Amino acid sequence: MANEFDLIIVGAGPAGMSAAYTAAKNKAKVLLLDEQPYAGGQIFRNIESQVNGESIYGDEYETGKALINRLGTQGISLEFRASVWRIDEARNVLWSRDEVSHISTARHVLLTGGAQERPMLFPGWTLPGVMPVGAAQILMKSSGLLPRDAVLVGSGPLLYWVAVQLIRAGAPPKALVDTQTPAMYLKALKHLPQALPAMVTLLKGVRYLQEIRAAKIKRFSRSSDFAVTETDHNELCLSFKSKGFAQQITAPIILTHHGIIPATNLARSAGVKHEWNEQQQCIQPVVDGWGQTNISGLHIAGDSAGIGGAEVAQASGQLAALNILCLSSYISKLERDTASRKAFTKRRRAMSIRAFLDVAYTPLAELQLPSNETIVCRCEEVTAGEIRRSVEQGADGPRQVKTTVRAGMGPCQGRLCDPTVRTILASCQVPTSLPNARSPVKPVKLGELAALSNSTFHNHD
Amino acid sequence: MSTASRFKARPSTNHFISLTIDGQSVLAKPGDSVAAAMLAYSGDAMRHTVKGSPRAAYCMMGVCFDCLVEVDGYPNTQACMVQVKEGMVIRRQQGLRKLKKEPTGGE
Repeated sequence: MANEFDLIIVGAGPAGMSAAYTAAKNKAKVLLLDEQPYAGGQIFRNIESQVNGESIYGDEYETGKALINRLGTQGISLEFRASVWRIDEARNVLWSRDEVSHISTARHVLLTGGAQERPMLFPGWTLPGVMPVGAAQILMKSSGLLPRDAVLVGSGPLLYWVAVQLIRAGAPPKALVDTQTPAMYLKALKHLPQALPAMVTLLKGVRYLQEIRAAKIKRFSRSSDFAVTETDHNELCLSFKSKGFAQQITAPIILTHHGIIPATNLARSAGVKHEWNEQQQCIQPVVDGWGQTNISGLHIAGDSAGIGGAEVAQASGQLAALNILCLSSYISKLERDTASRKAFTKRRRAMSIRAFLDVAYTPLAELQLPSNETIVCRCEEVTAGEIRRSVEQGADGPRQVKTTVRAGMGPCQGRLCDPTVRTILASCQVPTSLPNARSPVKPVKLGELAALSNSTFHNHD
Repeated sequence: MSTASRFKARPSTNHFISLTIDGQSVLAKPGDSVAAAMLAYSGDAMRHTVKGSPRAAYCMMGVCFDCLVEVDGYPNTQACMVQVKEGMVIRRQQGLRKLKKEPTGGE
């Protein structure tokens, strides 16, 4: 059963879903894998079972519903709770579910694994009750759980959107502690004219900020020097400076946000070339306009190819699928180019706001260069001080830091500490090479590996 | 010591799933992940690290591995990636998982 599919897509968010539909509509056989129990990705998570979805998902609710409904198109096979842990040169996709691994093969593989939050580090960020805002959003979407008197810390569109969601849901945050400075807005202003095609999105942002103001949420701006400690009553005390003055707030839960970054572990482990995106301060794969990587047959679309948001992801997924259809001779080059015009325009329009957003909400240097006592690697409990000491002792790159202090050697495989290790190394004038990622990119038990018999494996070439 | 949940109580329904967390009976909602059920129940740590530091679910999307708990005898299970089932037995993990607890034995 080699190449039983034309295309395997990893990730059922906006990019993966639109790619699957586009490919299947043109008669390609598609396998769509996702780690979650249902389609939607993080943005449309659990959208199907919501009663009044619009209040939770906003204007994108209908889009999300439509994308999910189209997964019923003939030719799409769906596998949920499927963790992909390896993609090899022969485009064998190895995935695990309930401790059993499977191999699926196709001529083309499209990675649409989305993004993760950029970790926001300060002393105490590992305490129970400190979470990224995205986590709170997931709990709201999939379990109807609303944080009690949350304090929101950081900056960026998602932080404000979650504040609005909480206000609308009747669980207004106790305070919004903003790292934004007027200087950042000023700097971003020059990118505003080019963002005009995305006017709708801009106005949406303005409306959110107004809604937060109208709800009279206590707000601190120009905040820095964060630290969280546990109180005697197991609440959390956030201390910080706002406009230079020391402040303290106590709350049961503290939600942080510091932007999002592409999920790159699977692509890096498959040998895809990556580069540093200075504007977005993150590592991203090198892809062409269709999402093709340096590896033949391996494509990437959506936020995992570079942060752009759901609209961009949807267009990119469609473009990648059209290109793959053309490469697989399902459609001609002319058909590909004609069919892709709209998606290219849509993507350009949605992307036009990025420069403005990226500059207005640049991650604070201080948060990427934490104090010595701050834990950087959560898994192995390695502090920034230990990493700096390893550099003093001669570690000359991420690999040596890893082998010296074990940062990045835990089960998350560096997903949460790689970005910070990089900025620390850069600040110590050490070359910041790309951190290694190796399969299995998700933990797999030895027994599970052994059960993948050699015969099964070699039948697929 | 038990800390109140950091989340608001959800409206009660007739549909629920009963499970235990460290022997305590807990009601969860269908569709909850184990992590969501634990967070709804209590604000306490979900595990302690090797160095004894308290941790709870952080990213809720399978990235961080900070929500590792024992589910029905299986240690190191990502609580955010598993949905609750009737009668599920959940235990918080203290330090590293214990090899001898491996239910499938000689893997």
